Amino acid sequence: MRPPRWLWAPAAAAVLLVVVPIAGLVAQVQPAQLWPLLTSPASVDALLLSLRTAAATTVICLLLGTPLALLLARGRWPGQSVLRALVLVPLVLPPVVGGLALLYTFGRRGLIGQHLEAAGISISFSTTAVVLAQTFVAMPFLVLSLEGAVRGLGQRHEEVAATLGASPWRRLTRVTLPLVAPGLMSGCVLAFARALGEFGATLTFAGSAQGRTRTLPLEIYLQRETDPDAAVALALVLVVLATVIVGTVYARTIRPERVA
Amino acid sequence: MRHHRTAIAALTALTLSLTACSSSDEDEDGQTLRVGAAASLTNSFEQIAEIFEAENRGVTVELQFAGSSDLAAQINGGADFDVFASANEPNMDKVADSIAGEPTIFATNTLTIVTEPGNPEDITSLADLADPDLAVVICAPQVPCGTATQTLTDQQDVTLTPASEESQVTDVLAKVSSGEADAGLVYVTDATGAGDDVTTVPADGADAVVNRYPIAMLTGAESEEAQAFIDLVTGTQGQRVLGDDGFQSP
Repeated sequence: MRPPRWLWAPAAAAVLLVVVPIAGLVAQVQPAQLWPLLTSPASVDALLLSLRTAAATTVICLLLGTPLALLLARGRWPGQSVLRALVLVPLVLPPVVGGLALLYTFGRRGLIGQHLEAAGISISFSTTAVVLAQTFVAMPFLVLSLEGAVRGLGQRHEEVAATLGASPWRRLTRVTLPLVAPGLMSGCVLAFARALGEFGATLTFAGSAQGRTRTLPLEIYLQRETDPDAAVALALVLVVLATVIVGTVYARTIRPERVA
Repeated sequence: MRHHRTAIAALTALTLSLTACSSSDEDEDGQTLRVGAAASLTNSFEQIAEIFEAENRGVTVELQFAGSSDLAAQINGGADFDVFASANEPNMDKVADSIAGEPTIFATNTLTIVTEPGNPEDITSLADLADPDLAVVICAPQVPCGTATQTLTDQQDVTLTPASEESQVTDVLAKVSSGEADAGLVYVTDATGAGDDVTTVPADGADAVVNRYPIAMLTGAESEEAQAFIDLVTGTQGQRVLGDDGFQSP
């Protein structure tokens, strides 16, 4: 069914609101200077650190978020809706609040951090802190995507497998997970993209040291002080990465969702 | 269909009223003086603005605080401030084409060491901060307090291995006052503002590294009120307020 024609006007405005500023950023880039700016040691360190930490974050989100999403989608237990809301809170929290929360938990004086510190483990100012911050903000993306995919799947296939005598583990690994693979994939990619763009929580909690905690967004923020051209060049890298990543997700997921 | 119309009308009305707010900056019976000031001036300038408004009935001072480089970028992007107060001279130089006359230096600031309350690591000098076992946080060389830090450590021949180089001096302070870092280098004014949250330890040679705050009127904004505000900042009353916050007179 065709949507009403007048929707085109506000929809076009919505697209312009997103696309024009990105075009404005791209227009600011000076192509001749791009390469030297992007290959400076600080830029390369920041890019590599960002890719490394975002990859680590994605793995953690996958290992911890998958079980959580499955339980939220399939389980029936008390407090489920409360927990579901809590897990999604980082989506709406200002990043700096996330950073403070992590600080008061894993920092040297924090709830858990003080015991870790006593045991000789210090998270402050380490790459671990960056991964923690990124995981905090990225996890909901994986949980949300996967939970939606599992709910959309319905229970029919699993019920059939059960009547054929498949154990819960076998039903999960042979039926459910393969069927929601696109949803899982898009969740991972979104989590990776979100981790790549994480700024506030990292700055608040992990600090900013080249090669250790200064990720691409932090490097952009710092470069802007003295060298706006370098900041714009790095920002372009982030925009291109994000576009490619998000584009991949939608190319993969739009069709299966239509079927459901 | 009627619902759609109502919704669109409501949205349009909302949009119009939102945009209208931002353009109605002139008070009915008075004038608005827009001042862009470095974030470190927040406390002092709020007080100075109150004094100014009391002395100049009908003039409202609208203060905008941000990092000096952000404000400079905004001014170069066409932001219509009447007065700009920067935390350092390079950021004032960036807007040299947009200011009327010469900027006036109205305050200076120096660096100091801050530690956790009570100074548990017993830090007594800048050289103590070179201990690699300490978590020391400083400003990144790209920002004014970081430039000052680098000058100071170079002059004193001290090499720091910072746990983190922050983009804002307030972030350095926050990491020390929250106990994440053992020590940091901040401006005297930040240490003064933090009160009991940190312990201040004088840094040797800090007096030689002085950060100067210039203030200027912007071209197109030359007015008696703008000049009066600058005069207040540079005059006895303004200097007293700034002094209370830890600034020194130029």
